[in-house]
Amino acid sequence: MTTPTTTSTFDLGTSFPGKVSPDPRPGYSGWIVNKDDLVALATALRDEHGFDYLSSVTGVDYFPDNILEVVYNLYKTTGGPGLLFKVQLPRQDPVEVASLVGIFPGAELQEREIWDLYGIRFTGHPDLRRIFMWESFDGHPLRKDWHEAYFEDEAKPFKSRWPEGKFSLAEAKNIYEDNIAYPAGFDPEAQSYDSEKALYESLKVYQKDEIGLDTDHIVVNLGPQHPSTHGVFRIAVVLDGETIVSLKPVMGYLHRNHEKIGERNTFLMNMPYTDRLDYLSSMSNNFGYALAVEKLMNVQPTERAEYIRVMMAEMTRIANHLMAIGALLNDLGTYFTPMLYALEERELLLDIFEAVSGSRMMCNYFRFGGVARDLPEGVLEKIKDLFFERLPRQIDEIDRFLTENEIIRSRGIGQGVLTAADAIRFSAAGPLLRASGIPYDVRRAEPYGIYDRFEFDVCVRQNGDIYDRLMIRFDEIRQSMRIVQQAVKQIPVGPVLSVKPAYQVRVPAGEVYSRVEGPKGELGFYLISNGKPNPWRYHVRAPSFINLTAFGPMCVGHKVADVVAVLGSIDIVLGEVDR
Amino acid sequence: MEQSEFNSPGYSIPPEMQAQVSITTLDRIYNWGRRASVWPLMFGLACCAIEMICTAASRYDLARFGMEIMRPSPRQSDLMIVSGTVTKKMVPTIVRLYNQMPEPKYVLAMGACASGGGPFKEGYNVISGVDKYIPVDVYVPGCPPTPQALLNGLIKIQEKISGESIKKARWYQKGPDQAEIAIPMLGPDLIDPRKIDLIKTNGNKA
Repeated sequence: MTTPTTTSTFDLGTSFPGKVSPDPRPGYSGWIVNKDDLVALATALRDEHGFDYLSSVTGVDYFPDNILEVVYNLYKTTGGPGLLFKVQLPRQDPVEVASLVGIFPGAELQEREIWDLYGIRFTGHPDLRRIFMWESFDGHPLRKDWHEAYFEDEAKPFKSRWPEGKFSLAEAKNIYEDNIAYPAGFDPEAQSYDSEKALYESLKVYQKDEIGLDTDHIVVNLGPQHPSTHGVFRIAVVLDGETIVSLKPVMGYLHRNHEKIGERNTFLMNMPYTDRLDYLSSMSNNFGYALAVEKLMNVQPTERAEYIRVMMAEMTRIANHLMAIGALLNDLGTYFTPMLYALEERELLLDIFEAVSGSRMMCNYFRFGGVARDLPEGVLEKIKDLFFERLPRQIDEIDRFLTENEIIRSRGIGQGVLTAADAIRFSAAGPLLRASGIPYDVRRAEPYGIYDRFEFDVCVRQNGDIYDRLMIRFDEIRQSMRIVQQAVKQIPVGPVLSVKPAYQVRVPAGEVYSRVEGPKGELGFYLISNGKPNPWRYHVRAPSFINLTAFGPMCVGHKVADVVAVLGSIDIVLGEVDR
Repeated sequence: MEQSEFNSPGYSIPPEMQAQVSITTLDRIYNWGRRASVWPLMFGLACCAIEMICTAASRYDLARFGMEIMRPSPRQSDLMIVSGTVTKKMVPTIVRLYNQMPEPKYVLAMGACASGGGPFKEGYNVISGVDKYIPVDVYVPGCPPTPQALLNGLIKIQEKISGESIKKARWYQKGPDQAEIAIPMLGPDLIDPRKIDLIKTNGNKA
């Protein structure tokens, strides 16, 4: 069990005099680092001060002020509060800053994302390509002065529709009848575009095997339509025979512009969008977002709401892990049978979600200061029945069927190993990190909600292979059941919302980075409010996305058939990877 | 199939023969076979795909309608369930998959996003409905549609199949049996080859 080692926030100013200054803006908490000192500072923080875990990197555009910012969040894997610092860059192209991939390899995909969406070039990045959009795409869409074809207004509710309620189809306003715009004077036949070329170039970068026969390397693409990629994920691999020599994840096929839309929505409007991030665990996403906004608003949920939140978040974890187990077994070749066992239990949990929120998957249940409505009559009894009678038995049964299975053991044990040191370096989170022997769980490392009141263990496994990642999900399901069992006994009666329900909430100006332990790992929300009804910046630290940083290194040297097993054991959801 | 559904071409069968003999039309028995063995493409795009999986699982049991065999290959499937948000980056792949499916083929747009863009419609990478690129037979509303709603949509597909006639079916007529759709390209934005003239004239204007 990890306990927080430090309670006070680390004072960067005294450790690095002259190199940093506290952010003077009201409501801001971070440190501003000189652009030239960034690499030295990050190295010192990692090596001398124990901030070994780069949780999130993101960009912010302060248009019309001439500032682009890169925001870094560091944590210690021994627990405790984190450190937020930023680098400010002038907005004139080319915007450049030193890459931190050499110090924190977990920054690799995140820096590519910032390059894609903000056009900030990271010097020294090994593979700086666009990640969500394709190479020839015009512009960097998260910049505030970049507008898409359907652009109507900077902020919702749009004046054309509110309060009269008039609307017209967006297609009617666009000549192409779709959300499409080309640069001025564009001639579609003037040049051909090859969006794949950069990918295949980057795939060629690998260590050549000098011993043995001279063999040809072949490129194989799995996906974006492939039954084992858990959605529209694509894996490009270079094979030597059947052995993987180089692997690149290719994403963006489900890039739904979550953050751009989120910055236009009001704070409350974003709640249903968070459902669609990791669509297997919507309650957990709600939790993370509600906590972040509550931190900015400085409101506390009521006692009963706190218990409901914890129960829902843990049930989500169980539902998600059941799906993950079923999908992993699918990938190992069992076709659909274990999935049927897993889905049978998941349906019962979905019934509870449907009863409390009205929807099976997209719950949209949390509100700032509580939850949307109280538990309906009979649901608590249903939860009790499920968690004391049925679920423990059924989980044991699934466990018994699967974990001693010869094929699962031989395909899982010792395969796709991620060492503890690598897991931290690649910013792996959640079950992926804990299966590698790092007992890091946000619920213990930096408790949120009322998790400090419950007895549960932080699950940890030592080998970091596919089998351990499967088993740790069973462990976590059992711990989640423990939490729900305690919560259901302790839950008090009372109101479920501490503030008056409102469509528009007043959020004071400031920034916040808040994180929860989602089923897939650390789910963080980085919000900036400028006092208006809409967030200025709305960033999601998506665990599935960042966990994929380690995917390539985990697969190299394995057979191509193990790729899907390794991917299944990471447990990604494309809604969260691509956002 | 019910006996009454078979026996309706207007010929009367003697009562003592009714257990042994059925008289029907070719269309009826052919469509009955086709609609009871629809093989959907195993093709999940987004959130709706999870509900599609739930529909295939034991509680809702797609197998009751002869649809439990989801094929990962478009060459073997005759129904494409577009289950989720269609993005610009994905649309060339979807059109290519559609072209690869053999006739007769059907498309079901599952959920708000596939039908018209849904909550993400304004996004710069999102297509306002898959029907901008491929023809859609049935739209299922919902975000995501419940498994019951999806089943209802699939039954609508079956009804559509029942109403078709071999004589009139496009894929049995003379001429090319496949109607290939031009695959969109990724330029500065998505380029639909069917709209290239429009893009050219509009580009010159700007």
